[in-house]
Amino acid sequence: MAYRVKAQVMDAAAIERALTRIAHEILEANHGCAGLALAGIVTRGSVMASRLAERIKSIEGAEVPVGTVDISFYRDDVATHVSPEVHRTDIPFDVDGRTVVLVDDVLFTGRTIRAAMDAVMDYGRPDSIQLAVLVDRGHRELPIRADYVGKNVPTSRRERVKVSFVETDGRDAVEICETDGGTEA
Amino acid sequence: MLSCRHIMTMSDLDADDIISILDTADSFSEVNERRIKKLPTLRGRTVVNLFLEPSTRTRTSFELAAKRLSADAINFSASASATVKGESLRDTARTLSAMACDLVIVRHRYAGAPHMLAECMDAHIINGGDGIHEHPTQALLDLFTMRRTLGRLEGLTVGIIGDIAHSRVAGSLVPALRTVGATPVVIGPPTLMPARPDVLGADVAYSLDEALPTLDVAYMLRVQFERADAMPFPSNREYARLYGMNASRMASAKPEMIVMHPGPMNRGVEISADVADSPRSVVLDQVNAGVAVRMAVMYLLLGGEDSGAAA
Repeated sequence: MAYRVKAQVMDAAAIERALTRIAHEILEANHGCAGLALAGIVTRGSVMASRLAERIKSIEGAEVPVGTVDISFYRDDVATHVSPEVHRTDIPFDVDGRTVVLVDDVLFTGRTIRAAMDAVMDYGRPDSIQLAVLVDRGHRELPIRADYVGKNVPTSRRERVKVSFVETDGRDAVEICETDGGTEA
Repeated sequence: MLSCRHIMTMSDLDADDIISILDTADSFSEVNERRIKKLPTLRGRTVVNLFLEPSTRTRTSFELAAKRLSADAINFSASASATVKGESLRDTARTLSAMACDLVIVRHRYAGAPHMLAECMDAHIINGGDGIHEHPTQALLDLFTMRRTLGRLEGLTVGIIGDIAHSRVAGSLVPALRTVGATPVVIGPPTLMPARPDVLGADVAYSLDEALPTLDVAYMLRVQFERADAMPFPSNREYARLYGMNASRMASAKPEMIVMHPGPMNRGVEISADVADSPRSVVLDQVNAGVAVRMAVMYLLLGGEDSGAAA
């Protein structure tokens, strides 16, 4: 399936500002960063989680532990889908009693977040789980919402939201792409 | 996704398949370090362990792997199954097929039994050891352990020492090593070599002491007392002296050489107790790797069955 870039909705500066705001919002809502931990969903959620941790450090002067969650083994479509590349889940902190902020680049159906919550729960019993995303594109299929959103981007189901980060793609951008045919899975 | 539906022999798997299995196993090995060692991945799938030859570690390893993936694991053993009542393997296969199981791991004393099962049932088949032919998941967990311990596979020289003629472990390990770019060297007394060792695709040596300094891995095969019709060597002591791994031999090997063994060990025959318990022995790492590698194989065989439709 081929994609054609239709519009850029965020540039590097906009992403910077959104992340800074989200970092502040996380600190505000949780009254600082005591008992806080970030868990990024591979691949771009992990990048975003590290960036949020840097900002939290520069604001608050304290390190927030950052983990990585791979949801391949928790997907609800294992019967039809095998992830081409599986990464290690790495939660280097004790989940029990913590507030874990899940971080992902795009919130779409909510199925990834459902799987990620199951993954985190397998490590222990967090006090609470919150969700931070760079883009909320709508079309939820589960009762899930984000606590911190960089930007709400209305989309059609046929479109694809492509987030690029310097760390993984060499540049910072959020773009809406259109499929040339077929439907987005 | 793997390029094959069943894992019967190592030749079913190409280098990409092997690397994909090892990488996936890497992720699963993290699960085995957790407090809650369970994933929902294969919920509702049925895995049958059809072990028609005695086995403890392989069957337990497959059973644990299935259970940690939330599949339902059922064990059939030779003594408890209808085979003692005279049921043929074909009928056993049809019976299991009628129960709609998704994956059958079969161990049988005759080579080729897994192929026969595959012909008469729809389930995926994994060869859990067939006679003196192959034992592919053992080779995969051995590769996993080598890669973990030594950091690479390509370019390694791996000595496989002992009963080459009757070893299904060697039968799978030799082609597996070749596929990933390592060099297998089979070492043993002529009485335990196959008639044509040259067709194995491995280097052949008859003196362990001569080959030893070149090895990155010394893979000690178990002396299979139960398989040998007549003793193929004069005494255990002589075998231990010529082909056993011991502390004095370790001294003339590369300092980073590791010692492997598929288990169960005959201490004092192919491996001395002090070597088996030394830090350079990775025997227990092999057992540990077994669960993760078998989880990976099950996941890759049973997941994405009708892939291609979904993105």
